[in-house]
Amino acid sequence: MSERSLTAIRHSKSRQQQLLRVVRWVLTVILIFYAVFPAVWVLSASLDPRNSLAQQALIPPNASLENYRALFNNPVQPFGRWMLNSIKISTMTSILAVMISALASYAFSRFRFTGRRNLLLTILLIQVFPNFLAMVAIFLLLQQLGNYIPWLGLGTHGGLILAYLGGALGINTWLMKGFFDSIPRDLDESAKIDGATDWQIFSRIIFPLVRPILAVVGILTFIGTYSDYILASILLKDRDSLTLAVGLFQLIDGQYSQKWGLFAAGAILGAVPIVIVYLLLQDYIVGGLTQGAVKG
Amino acid sequence: MTRATTGGGASRPSTSLKLSDVAFRLIGLALIDAVAIWLLMQMMADGVWILVTLLLIITIGINVVFLRPELYPLRWMSPGLALMLLMVVYPLVFTVYTAFTNYSDGHLLTKQQAIERMTTGLQNMYVPEGGTTYSWVAFQAEDGTYALWLTDEEGNHYFAKPGEPIQPATAGEGIFGPPDENGVPTSIEGYTRLNRIQAATNRDLPNIQFGEPPDAVQIRTPSEAAILQPRYVYDEELDAIIDQKEGKIYYANDEVGFFVSEDGETLNPGYIVTVGWRNFERLFNSPAIRGPVLRVFLWTVVFAAASVITTFALGLFIALLYNDPTIRWRKVIRSFLIIPYAIPAFISILVWRGMMNPQFGVLNRTLFDLFGYSPPWFSDPMWARLGVILVNLWLGFPYMMLVCSGALQAIPSDIYEAAEIDGASMWQRFRHITLPLLLVSVGPLLISSFAFNFNNFNIIYLFNRGNPPMSGTPTPVGHTDILVTYVYRLAFASGGGKDYGYASAITIIIFLIVASITFFQFRYTRMWEEVSENV
Repeated sequence: MSERSLTAIRHSKSRQQQLLRVVRWVLTVILIFYAVFPAVWVLSASLDPRNSLAQQALIPPNASLENYRALFNNPVQPFGRWMLNSIKISTMTSILAVMISALASYAFSRFRFTGRRNLLLTILLIQVFPNFLAMVAIFLLLQQLGNYIPWLGLGTHGGLILAYLGGALGINTWLMKGFFDSIPRDLDESAKIDGATDWQIFSRIIFPLVRPILAVVGILTFIGTYSDYILASILLKDRDSLTLAVGLFQLIDGQYSQKWGLFAAGAILGAVPIVIVYLLLQDYIVGGLTQGAVKG
Repeated sequence: MTRATTGGGASRPSTSLKLSDVAFRLIGLALIDAVAIWLLMQMMADGVWILVTLLLIITIGINVVFLRPELYPLRWMSPGLALMLLMVVYPLVFTVYTAFTNYSDGHLLTKQQAIERMTTGLQNMYVPEGGTTYSWVAFQAEDGTYALWLTDEEGNHYFAKPGEPIQPATAGEGIFGPPDENGVPTSIEGYTRLNRIQAATNRDLPNIQFGEPPDAVQIRTPSEAAILQPRYVYDEELDAIIDQKEGKIYYANDEVGFFVSEDGETLNPGYIVTVGWRNFERLFNSPAIRGPVLRVFLWTVVFAAASVITTFALGLFIALLYNDPTIRWRKVIRSFLIIPYAIPAFISILVWRGMMNPQFGVLNRTLFDLFGYSPPWFSDPMWARLGVILVNLWLGFPYMMLVCSGALQAIPSDIYEAAEIDGASMWQRFRHITLPLLLVSVGPLLISSFAFNFNNFNIIYLFNRGNPPMSGTPTPVGHTDILVTYVYRLAFASGGGKDYGYASAITIIIFLIVASITFFQFRYTRMWEEVSENV
C-alpha cells in the first residue's frame, strides 16, 4: 500500500469517527428528551395552578405551589397519610426482610449440614412463584387470622407486611449467601478460638462487613414494596389506611381532566425520594440487579 | 462438592453450652408455646381447622428445631421458613385445592355451615298452618331485657317474657297500667313502653324468642308476631333438608354442591364440593370460555415477548452507543437515561396515561398537530395493546441498558481487533461477535424479564384495567388483559360473580408456565450446578 492511500484511509476513518460523534450527540439529545420528558412534564403540571390536562404548557404561567397545598388540605384524599403509610410499610418490610434473609444466609454460608443444598434449592424454587398469584388464599387467610390477632387481619398494615414477608427468603438469600461466602472464614475461626459464639461472630464480625449487600437488598425490597399495587389493593380497604400506589390510582382513575395538576403534585412527591436514592446508589443497585434481583 | 464437611451429617462442634443460653432459649420457647396454645384453643373452639393446622405445624417445627442440637442451622432460618410456609407454601396448596372445587359466589360455605345457615335464623322461620299471629307492643325493663304485649286476632291479650310461659293478661290489673284505645296497658310496672318507631328500628327484638319454646313467639314484621317454626330441617339419615312448609325434600347432591329436590329445584346457599377436573374442562372445552382465555393467553405471551425484545433492542442500542469509555459526560448521560427506571413504575404508568389521554394528553395533542390523527389508546384493542408495549418500553429500557453495558465491557477487545484486521464490517462484528457473546451472559436475565412481564400486573391494570372489554364473554374480559389480571377480575372484581375455583385453575396454569420457564432458565444457566458447587 502506498503512503498516500494509507493517509486516505486514515482520513476517511477519522471523518467516519467525526460523523459518528455528531450522530451520537444528536441521538443523545433525543434519548435524554425521551427519558426525561414525562418527568419534566409532570413537574410542570404540578406547578400549574390551572390543574388542567388540556391547557397545560411546558412552562406554566403563574406557576405556584397551589396543587401541593391542595394535596394536603383535603380529607377526601389524605395524601400525607398515604405517603406515610407507604413509607412505614416499605421500611418495616425491608428491615425485617433483610434481617430474616441475613440470618438464613449466614447459616447457609457458614454451617455444613445434610440437606443444605436441597433446602436452598427448594427455597429458590418455591419463591419463583410470586405469592400475589395466590391472592385468594392470602385474602381468606388474613380474614380468618384477624379474628384472633386483630393487628394481622384484613385491612391492617400488619397483615400486609406479613404477606410481603412471605417472600423474604428467596433470590435475596442467594445473593447474600454469595456475598457472605466471599468473607474469609479465617475471621470466624480466630474469633471462635477466642471463645466467641456464633451469634457474636454474626453480629459483631460478619454483619458490619456485609453492610453493602444488606443495603442493596434492603433498598430493592423497599422499592418493590413501595411500588406494589396488587396485594395492597386486595388487603387494604379504609381510605386512611391505603398505600400511595392504591390511593394515587383511586385519586386519578377516570378523573384525569379534573385532577391532573393535583395528581402531578402527588406523583412528584411520591417519586422524588425513590429517584434520589436510586441515583445516589445506582452503582450498588445495578450490581444487585444484574445478578438477578428484581425491582417491582 | 467434594469439600470436606466437618463431622458427617450434623455439623456444629458444639461449643460449650452456657447454662444462661439454655435457660434463655427455653424461656423463649415457653413463651412462644404459651401464646400458640392460647391461640390454638380459641381457633379450635371456632373450628377453623386450616389455621389450627398451620399454627400447629409452625409451633411444633420451632420447638423441634430449637430443642434438637443437630437442627441448629435451621434455627437461623426459622423466621424465614415459618413466614414462607404461612404466606407462600400454604397459599400455593390452597390454590391447587381450590382449583378442584366449585368455590365461587353461591358456594362460599362448607356443607356444615350451609346447613346451619338454612336451618337457623329468623329468615328461615315460618308460621305453620293454623298458627296464631299477634299484634305486638314492646316494653323494656330497667335491666335492658324486653317483654311483649300480644293481642291475638280475637282480641285476647297476653304478656310474654323470654324463657317464661306466655301468660294471659288484662290491662289495668296487677302490674299492668290502664289500657289505651287498643287495650294495651299504657304502662307496666318496672317497664317502659317503646313507641312504634323505637320498636320497629330496634335490632335486638327480632332475634328474641318470647315465651317458652316450642311455643315461643317471635316478631316477624313491625306489626306482626307469631309462633314460628323452623321451615327447613336437616335430616341426617336422608342427608337431606326437609321443607316443612311445602313438604318437599331436598337431597344433598355432593356433585354440584346444592341441596336439590326431585323436581330439580335447589336451595340457596350452595356449599363447597370438590368437582375434579371440571374447572379445567370448562377452560378447554366450553367454547364461550375457551375463545377469550386463549386470546388472553396468546396476548400474555406476545406482550411479554414484545416487552423483552423492545426493551432489549433499545437498551442494547444505547449501550453500544456509549460503549466507548472516552466519551465525555458518559456518567451524566447514564444518570439521565436511568430516570425512567428510578421512578416507581406505578407513578410512571399513571403519568403516561395522562399524557396519552385521547382528547387532552400532550402526546395525542402533538400527534394530532403533526399527523392529524389522535390514537385511541384506551378504546381500540390494537392501539391499547401497542400503548401498553410502548409504555413498558419506556419503563424497561434502562434496565436492559445497564445490563448490556456491563456485559459489553466483559467482551475482550482483542477479538474485535482481530476481526477488524480480517476486514469484518461493523454489522458483521456486531452480528457474529457482540450479539452471541452478549446473549450468553444476558440470556438468563432476558428469561427472568420474560417471566416478570408474564405476570406484570401493574402495567396492564394501572394503564387501562385490561380494557377495552371484549364483547359477548360470559365474564368480563378485556383486550389487554393478561392471565394474572384476568385472575384478579375473576376473583375480586365485582360483576359477573366471583369464581375462585375457576380463577385458581387459571392460576395453576400460570404456575405451570412460570415453572417451565424457570426450569429452562436453571438448565440454561446451570444454576443447579452452581448451587451444588458453591455449597
